[in-house]
Amino acid sequence: MPAEPMLRVSHVVKRFGGLTVADDVSFDVPRGAKMALIGPNGAGKTTMFNLISGVYPIDGGEISLDGQVIDALPARKRIGVGLSRSFQNIRLMPHLTVIENVMLGQHVQATSLASLLAPVGWQRGGRWRRMAEERLRQAGIDVDPDSAVSGLPYGVRKKIEVVRALMSGPRLLMLDEPAAGLNPRETAELSAFLKGIAEDGLTLLVVEHDMSFVHDLCEQTVVLNFGRLIYDGPTKGVQDDEAVREAYLGTRRVATAEGAGRAA
Amino acid sequence: MSGYMAGIVAILCINLIFAYAIFVTAAAGQLNLGGAGFQAIGAYAAAYASSVLMQPVWITIPAAMAITALVGFLISFPVLRTRGVYMVLATFAFAEVVAGFLLRSTTFGGAIGMVVPDHVGVPVLIACAVGVTLLVFYLMATRVGLAMRAIHDDEPVSTIMGVNVRAVQVATFTLAGALAGLSGALYAHHFSFVEAQYFNALLSIYVLLFVLIGGTQTAWGPLVGSLFFTLIPELLRVGGSWRYVVFGVAIVLMMAIRPEGIVTRQLVARLSPRNWLTRRKTVLGERHAG
Repeated sequence: MPAEPMLRVSHVVKRFGGLTVADDVSFDVPRGAKMALIGPNGAGKTTMFNLISGVYPIDGGEISLDGQVIDALPARKRIGVGLSRSFQNIRLMPHLTVIENVMLGQHVQATSLASLLAPVGWQRGGRWRRMAEERLRQAGIDVDPDSAVSGLPYGVRKKIEVVRALMSGPRLLMLDEPAAGLNPRETAELSAFLKGIAEDGLTLLVVEHDMSFVHDLCEQTVVLNFGRLIYDGPTKGVQDDEAVREAYLGTRRVATAEGAGRAA
Repeated sequence: MSGYMAGIVAILCINLIFAYAIFVTAAAGQLNLGGAGFQAIGAYAAAYASSVLMQPVWITIPAAMAITALVGFLISFPVLRTRGVYMVLATFAFAEVVAGFLLRSTTFGGAIGMVVPDHVGVPVLIACAVGVTLLVFYLMATRVGLAMRAIHDDEPVSTIMGVNVRAVQVATFTLAGALAGLSGALYAHHFSFVEAQYFNALLSIYVLLFVLIGGTQTAWGPLVGSLFFTLIPELLRVGGSWRYVVFGVAIVLMMAIRPEGIVTRQLVARLSPRNWLTRRKTVLGERHAG
């Protein structure tokens, strides 16, 4: 019997008014997999992330994490069961420093009253801060942890967001376009870093447009188009798939004189 | 201490505690323009407990705080359904209801006000102000403080990070109620008299200005804001009526030059001794290299 997948999206439906943004979408992310979620603009990739992380409720279907149904859990509790994510547009807290942003990622770990009421902001050598600094180092982020995030380069902020998402100790890490806006060297570094953390047993689901990054990192890919799943298989085969090519490039259709005449 | 100085110190202490009440909600992104309402309830609760129920100060002040904390807790539920300018209006309306009720209530002396028998001196006010200041500094250094500031910046992402946004907001309103109640009770016991007219809209506006001009990013903000607003008008006294004009211009300039408040996190970081030392070392290092 195959092991329970880390994430199971099963017949998920979501409508915004008359627009169906997720139309009976089903796919599994196996435990320990590095899976890409791709699709043309407006395909519903970020919406799928928002449904899985609980930003919006689903209208039908079921989402489960490691066998546990999570679609009824409020968004703030999903991080506690092991689901963490980053955002397409960097959503670091602008008035918090680098280390404060990263330590915010630990929030769900600090469950006891004592850890909530400890003055972590004053404990320079404290356990929480050391953990956060260690993760920043591992990710190759070499900035003053007490500097403001707003002044940092885009690529660095992007990486800090990934580190923040990692601090909760997730089982499934969902990254929304982590490589967007990074230069080739930064993209390669990010890919190496993510491969490293995946080796520790973390499951990855990544929305990304940079196909060389996807090929480098993800063995499997699912493709969405207009809210429908059109491909679920190895990343190698994705560019040869007829439906995927059609979604990205359009169909080859020659307008006939009759069609043009009718349109006029 | 001269009588004049004691008067200024007393009002500074009361304003400071009051400002911290407004600060704790503002730090978590909620603007409360109903401060005077909470302070009035605290002042009248202490006055009633002291003059009618004949209770000693060590009962009247905690009782006043408990009542305003409860009011803050209860009022947070309807108020937190509103956002931005609507929240400002909702809290403002709350304060107007409180003032209107106190003016018309014969139990609380109506427009005549109430005399408060037990007196609390300046040393107690100073001790309370220092205590509240330290408490808020401590709170802002904890994970709860971090969560408050995260909510201020981005509520949806705070939720995704596992922060119970609603619980933190309700808790800050409750704490704000308690602190505003403390400031009101101390006001009542120090000045030995309360009247509803004192707790008016202008007071709510002033205390919110203390906080916004001082800065909502760090606990230094209300301290600087209260000092600025309490001392500058006194220093400008030599200018006669023109002092209000000068003061008004100063506020407008402050908002134009430092829209995020006088004290920002970056300013605190720049002034902190640790950073000052490292920068000095860097500068020296550069000199050696050059």
